[in-house]
Amino acid sequence: MNFQVNYDDLIPNNVDLSSDQRLMRALEQWHPGYIDWWKAMGPDGFQEAEVYLRTAVSVDSKGWARFGYVKMPEYRWGVLLAPQVEGREIAFGEHKGEPAWQEVPGEYRAMLRRLIVIQGDTEPASVEQQRHLGATAPSLYDMRNLFQVNVEEGRHLWAMVYLLQKYFGRDGREEAAELLMRRSGDEDKPRMLAAFNAPTPDWLSFFMFTFFTDRDGKMQLESLAQSGFDPLSRSCRFMLTEEAHHMFVGESGVSRTIQRTCEAMKEAGIEDPYDVDAIRALGVIDLPTLQRKANLHLSATLDLFGSEISTNAANAFNAGLKGRYQETKIDDDHQLRDSVYEVLKPGENGFETEDVPALTALNARLRDDYVDDCAKGVGRWNKVIARTGIDFEITLPHVAFNRGIGLFSDCHASPAGEPLSHAEWEAAKSAWLPSSGDVEFIHSLMKPERRPGRYAAWIAPPKVGIDGKPGDFEYVKIA
Amino acid sequence: MSLIRQHLIDPDICIRCNTCEETCPRQAVTHNDDNYVVDAAICRYCMDCISPCPTGAIDNWRMVSAPYTIEQQFGWDELPEERLIVTGENDGEAAGEAVEDEAAQILELAHRAEGGKAVPPFSAAHPYVNVYTRDNPLVATVTGNVRITGDGASADIHHIILDLGAAAFPVLEGQSIGIRPPGTDERGKAHRLRLYSVSSPRDGERPNHNNLALTVKRVVYERDGRPCEGVASGYLCGLRRGDTLKVTGPFGNTFLMPNHDQANIIMICTGTGAAPFRAMTERRRRRNPGAAGSLMLLFGARTPDELPYFGPLMKLPDSLIDRELVFSRLEGKPKEYVQDRMRARSADIARLLASEHTFVFVCGLKGMEQGVDEAFSAICEENDLDWPALSAAMRRNGRYHIETY
Repeated sequence: MNFQVNYDDLIPNNVDLSSDQRLMRALEQWHPGYIDWWKAMGPDGFQEAEVYLRTAVSVDSKGWARFGYVKMPEYRWGVLLAPQVEGREIAFGEHKGEPAWQEVPGEYRAMLRRLIVIQGDTEPASVEQQRHLGATAPSLYDMRNLFQVNVEEGRHLWAMVYLLQKYFGRDGREEAAELLMRRSGDEDKPRMLAAFNAPTPDWLSFFMFTFFTDRDGKMQLESLAQSGFDPLSRSCRFMLTEEAHHMFVGESGVSRTIQRTCEAMKEAGIEDPYDVDAIRALGVIDLPTLQRKANLHLSATLDLFGSEISTNAANAFNAGLKGRYQETKIDDDHQLRDSVYEVLKPGENGFETEDVPALTALNARLRDDYVDDCAKGVGRWNKVIARTGIDFEITLPHVAFNRGIGLFSDCHASPAGEPLSHAEWEAAKSAWLPSSGDVEFIHSLMKPERRPGRYAAWIAPPKVGIDGKPGDFEYVKIA
Repeated sequence: MSLIRQHLIDPDICIRCNTCEETCPRQAVTHNDDNYVVDAAICRYCMDCISPCPTGAIDNWRMVSAPYTIEQQFGWDELPEERLIVTGENDGEAAGEAVEDEAAQILELAHRAEGGKAVPPFSAAHPYVNVYTRDNPLVATVTGNVRITGDGASADIHHIILDLGAAAFPVLEGQSIGIRPPGTDERGKAHRLRLYSVSSPRDGERPNHNNLALTVKRVVYERDGRPCEGVASGYLCGLRRGDTLKVTGPFGNTFLMPNHDQANIIMICTGTGAAPFRAMTERRRRRNPGAAGSLMLLFGARTPDELPYFGPLMKLPDSLIDRELVFSRLEGKPKEYVQDRMRARSADIARLLASEHTFVFVCGLKGMEQGVDEAFSAICEENDLDWPALSAAMRRNGRYHIETY
């Protein structure tokens, strides 16, 4: 087992890169293009800043989080895989019980390549979406967290590119090059998934995005971590450790926003969460606006799960390439030959459940697992509100609300899940989704705060610092 | 009775990402729908889970006599307050500063200038003493030993870090530990015990790593015209990484940091007398940097090169600490001692003395207490304060502490 990263090489890795000269040359050729992409499309205006970042020096628990000041273009992006598990077997699908593949199985080559490319495409896309946020960071602490997310998305791109270049020959090299050429929001060469083409215009959107949309990334990585293709499984397992930080940034970012809002309301003697003008006058984001933002981000993210009923998903499962969330912890045959899964659909009398062959309902199941995971985080936000004594609860909108892809794309529903006619939806939707006024108000709060230990007025400080650092630690030294 | 250092996860910060449960090699971490928790019966403090935690929620510890069960932890919305546990062994007569006679004598001598029976600040945490004794010492491991005085400095002062493994050694800022150099003296007797003030705060030199730091000056003296080296300090300064040594304690139950938010702390020291003040300052920095009370440090040394922690001290923000570094051997400058600088800050010190939340600590070489006392007296005279009455009241209320050797 190889834990230590070889930092003597240009590309830090724990995969013995130097023994594969062909691959090393391919990655070394890709590397300058990556750096060019980072400088052009990475965080705007902070390439010279010294940022207190964690870098993995090995993938075991002792060594993967080393903290220190780094200029982002000099960050040591590398190829790191979780340790190989001896004798690992494929845990599901038609090949269940066979030894995990160390090479690409020929018959699944195209499917596997597509899974890796789609995953890989989201990583640089989110860096592009977030590139202007540094300018309005509510604190150096938050700015550092943004940049940590960004460099790790960059490393996740590396992880996928490694798989493409190592296992997919010329096709893989071409796909790796393409990953650097597509651009989030570009009309001619957009990123592959819709949610990754909308910009992240403000910090509340960033926190909502990391809470909701990065959580989809987590679910996808969890499913790919089950893969019978062992190098993909090991890559994703290590990526998940980093992904947890992104979940943290989102959950705590929204939580701190809520905290500050509730505190400001209490200080001003405002009990009514719908007294929006008075609350906004305090320079904090009112809870109903936070609810509308949650509605928007959840519904947009649900579309990323694709069609609820999907033969593609069934094929990937059967092939042993992509499992279910926590596959090995599920108590069933892991082949789903005869089992069914209850899927919610639009029907004659509103939304109705229907038993669907479990194999084709895998996307629906992953989406349901995702919603459960979101609900727990939202429950913790509500505890913050409850602790201040304000009478308000943030709720997750119904899965049929505001959907563009899948079973609910042709119907309308309220956040509570009542079916609506097109006219009813058009009349009511502005109450449920952020208005241009909401967006403008949020935008008006986005004033940078760059003094160490100080926070913009709309967000509370975190309870603990990164790496145990004190409150006034200078997380980013701006050049 | 024994104490356990229990590993806990702060449910108020945790995002339930499952990373710790995934990482733990012993499956000590588990969860229900609400919380992730550590089973004290299984956890062996390997620390594998600490650095992968994205939130810092994992890095929480409590000294307990009986561990919280996982069921109790499942029900928490936030971590319980730290409980003060009075150990049976510390009750009654035995609750002196140190049960071990030798340590008690040393402390008595060191605190003699306080006059009468000293009491701790009202807001000091309950100290544990004699958790480890001569017959039952703790074996600590050296994880760091570096010289912190400049190359040109004649004083050789070391910053030594001791790792305490998984042992419960609850030490507070201001307390000391006992070290007896191995071997025997010329008469074949075991060496005398030495006490060293701990220079790290209660949660360790590195938070929650169960380690502590000492500040040790290599003692050099002349005997029969030949330079000799102090046995204990030479032993400690010569330790290498990985070496083990036996320690006893903690000792001391009055020279303790006040913990309340309004507490002003005036710290006056020379040389390695800075050790307890480094601990107190670091505690305040980590725990309550925005406290209403202020820190004032008056620290004397011959030159900046010989002032331990000069670099790190200079980096502390002014908002945290008001520091006066005083040098008696600066080329081209008249000699200046801490008591001189105290007088120069007369108005500020008088303002602090007028507050009943002000605590004075003096630590350093025997004899300095007299100069300090005279300086306070002069300051009070200038500012219409009655020093004899004030100093008596401060001593009575645990607000004036002296530890000099």
